[in-house]
Amino acid sequence: MNTPIRRLAVACMVLFLALLLNASYVQYFQADELNDRSGNRRVLDAEFSRKRGPILVAGRQVAESVKSDDQFEYQRRYPTPFKYAHATGFYSYLYGFSAVESSQNQILSGSDPRLFVDRFLDMLSNSQPDGGQVSLTLDPRAQTAAFDGVQALGSGTEAAVVALEPSTGRILAMVSNPTYDPNLLASHDIAAVERSWRRLNDAPGNPLFNRAIQETYPPGSTFKLVTAAAALESGDYDPDTMVPGGAELDLPQSSATLPNSGGGTCGGEEVTLTRALEVSCNVAFGAIGLDLGDDALRETAEKFGFGSRYLQGIGGQAVSQFPSDIDQPQTALSAIGQFDVRASPLQMALVTATIANGGQGMVPYLVDEVRAPDLSVLEKTSPEELPDRALGASEANALTQMMVEVVDQGTGTTAQIPGIKVAGKTGTAQSSPERPPYAWFVSFAPADDPQVAVAVLVEDAGVERDLISGSGLAAPIAKAVMEAVIGQ
Amino acid sequence: MSAPTTPTGVSDIVHRKRRGAELFLLVLALAVGIGAYAAVGLGVEGELPGDMYGYSAWLAALAIGAHVVVRLTAPYADPVLLPVVTALNGLGLAMIYRWDLARETGYSTKQLTWTTLGVVLFAMVLLLLRDHRRLQAYTYTTGLAAIVLLLLPLAPGLGKTINGARIWIGIAGWSFQPGEVAKVLLVIAFAGYLVLHRDALALAGRRFIGIDLPRMRDLGPILLMWLISLGVLVLQRDLGSSLLFFGLFLVMLYVATERPGWLVVGSLMFVSGAALASQVYSHVQTRVEGWLDPFSDTDTYGQIVEGLYGMAWGGLVGRGLGQGDPWRIPFAYSDFIVAAVGEELGLTGLMALIILFGLIVERALRTALICRDGFGKLMATGFGIVFALQVFVVVGGVTKLIPLTGLTTPFMSHGGSSMIANWVVIGLLLRISDQVRRPLPDVRPLEMDDATQVVKLR
Repeated sequence: MNTPIRRLAVACMVLFLALLLNASYVQYFQADELNDRSGNRRVLDAEFSRKRGPILVAGRQVAESVKSDDQFEYQRRYPTPFKYAHATGFYSYLYGFSAVESSQNQILSGSDPRLFVDRFLDMLSNSQPDGGQVSLTLDPRAQTAAFDGVQALGSGTEAAVVALEPSTGRILAMVSNPTYDPNLLASHDIAAVERSWRRLNDAPGNPLFNRAIQETYPPGSTFKLVTAAAALESGDYDPDTMVPGGAELDLPQSSATLPNSGGGTCGGEEVTLTRALEVSCNVAFGAIGLDLGDDALRETAEKFGFGSRYLQGIGGQAVSQFPSDIDQPQTALSAIGQFDVRASPLQMALVTATIANGGQGMVPYLVDEVRAPDLSVLEKTSPEELPDRALGASEANALTQMMVEVVDQGTGTTAQIPGIKVAGKTGTAQSSPERPPYAWFVSFAPADDPQVAVAVLVEDAGVERDLISGSGLAAPIAKAVMEAVIGQ
Repeated sequence: MSAPTTPTGVSDIVHRKRRGAELFLLVLALAVGIGAYAAVGLGVEGELPGDMYGYSAWLAALAIGAHVVVRLTAPYADPVLLPVVTALNGLGLAMIYRWDLARETGYSTKQLTWTTLGVVLFAMVLLLLRDHRRLQAYTYTTGLAAIVLLLLPLAPGLGKTINGARIWIGIAGWSFQPGEVAKVLLVIAFAGYLVLHRDALALAGRRFIGIDLPRMRDLGPILLMWLISLGVLVLQRDLGSSLLFFGLFLVMLYVATERPGWLVVGSLMFVSGAALASQVYSHVQTRVEGWLDPFSDTDTYGQIVEGLYGMAWGGLVGRGLGQGDPWRIPFAYSDFIVAAVGEELGLTGLMALIILFGLIVERALRTALICRDGFGKLMATGFGIVFALQVFVVVGGVTKLIPLTGLTTPFMSHGGSSMIANWVVIGLLLRISDQVRRPLPDVRPLEMDDATQVVKLR
């Protein structure tokens, strides 16, 4: 009977070996994945009991952990809650984390492997270092100007502002309204947090939602910048090229026509490209779209960042779209930013910043640098170029001049800053008759040495339909943001 | 493998008693148990448990007492088994105490009582049973007793359903799982029967599709015994034990007959039976789904999910005794005690635990190898396999290697029946190993000596 017993012994060894291997898999290889699961209360409790690192804007804390005397050792606090809510995000025991609190969680919580360098003993004892700190690229003055500008339209205004530094891609301001108080969700009073959560989710305008990056809208006339860029890039157009400027454009393959928004002509049957942009001429840009074709438009749009996810330092970016498989009438409509063209405020800010930066787009980023608890720099984000140049330097320069005309004597005069050359473009996009139009304004300044590019979208300010326009509602906010940055 | 053996498989090695080694290992094992107990108190409350000295003295007295009994009644017994079991038992007590501190329950005191009873029974086995072969006389008695024990929980008024399985009986506030004791009795009954009928089972019979089928009158009684016990367990919804008994029977049949065909047939039967069960019984389906994707429904499969979280949280070296959250794992004092060990002592601790269990199996099978009589061989093999299967099923279930089926972790899970049954098994194993390691009596054949002279008649 010994042979079977020996074989059995080997079989038992195999069984136990399987147990050992599987235990190693669970406790070592799979451990990180298990620890990152949202339902894992152990990790959450431990994180809540640890000193979480602060989030800084220009050296000041916009999120910090302070000693607490309840069931957890520390309480997360947001000193300027509404203004920075969509940048910091919230840190909730029940509902998880959002925005930077989520994207930089490993650093803030102290679990990032880089914090373990030379701390082998920490790893052996499973103890974690304190959380590191995260500095954002936001400029407090730009952020305040944007926030105050939107609030001035009413606290329930649905609007978003994004400001970029054209030469680097740093996000200088990011505001979405309505906003919320993340302190309400970070509270340790579980019942109160549940109530706040329900209220915020039922609130009109969805305050938890970051319109600046998480949603796309019809960009309307601001998209004419992309069409103009495509025209200049094609080599067939320059700022003085004469384009159709009549009262309406006959759309091929259909009996429909494309009128100008005011109903009249753009100043003659034929106008210059500069003049067309100045008065935001639908007929001219519809015709240019038909001339260039949808492929050329899509190609240029994609070089500007449409169709890709590029935003760094924060998650949840919605991808902007230029429609595919479209016929000629749809191409004409797309060329003026209607039909199925969709762009986030971030995307339009990037388009503007790209023109400002001589045609080369820079990847937008929100996290400037990350430091260990001992303040040594772990990582500093360095500016990165978008993969494709959107347009050549001289074309970008020509387009800039055209945009300066828009502000000087066109639709964007409300954004003028005395003594500073401002380049801009308005937009008023109709999506459906049931809802008010979207008011857009994009601009950068100074035009000859751009320091800031802004996109402002006012989705719903609760004002009369006739009063809604990019120049009326959105441009003053953009102006305030530009002034805040340049004024330093 | 290549130790010099005679054709009968009996080693020529002369074994030493090694009682000193056992005592030394026993002191180490006590250090593990008592140290763990102290660490739990320090970790949870920042101070030594109030009854630290009394507890330590009691545990030490039990271990030393068991050692003395072994020294007196089984001086040649295997020196590793008792220390390994002591370490496991001590660690188990500490983990249950840890649960008590977190949840304010009183399981550890009960468990210490059961441990004491287990050690007493262990001593009684060694004291009263001086030769394991005497058990062979009770083959049918033990078999019958096992079946009666298995049926007890079905008796109205006596049986209790706890957590969906009707495998308990309750007497005066104490719950008891008779299946644990039946397990020991069945090993004895199987061994006794198979050793008598192994030749008939192996040789007589017809050949069918390449497999030698034994005659029904040889296989019948034991098949019946086995089917009844399996049927009862299925009725009681005790998946783990059904699996254990099935595997045990198959393996012992294989060892007795040396026919691997049995394993093939048995495995096929198991696979088809399991497939059928997962179709028919919803509780089997739940187990399988919980194994495939426990995160699909963390309410239903909360236990396995929390166990996994706990083990991941423990990582390589664990949170430290008393410093993790094993109280989050439902039943971390019984079925899921292994996950609690993984959380607080880490992968390192869990591996040590698995290897300790592996050592028990190895020692049992080693005893079986050098045993001179077939009955002892089969019995030691049976016990070794029971441990191996039980540990594989419970640890594999908790670590999501296989679907979860409820089984106790030997010497660790809270539960009296399992505790005393396992101590008795260790007593029996020591008895067998004492028998086989004891030097053979010096019986030289009488020589043609001077007394017998050739007498010339002429």
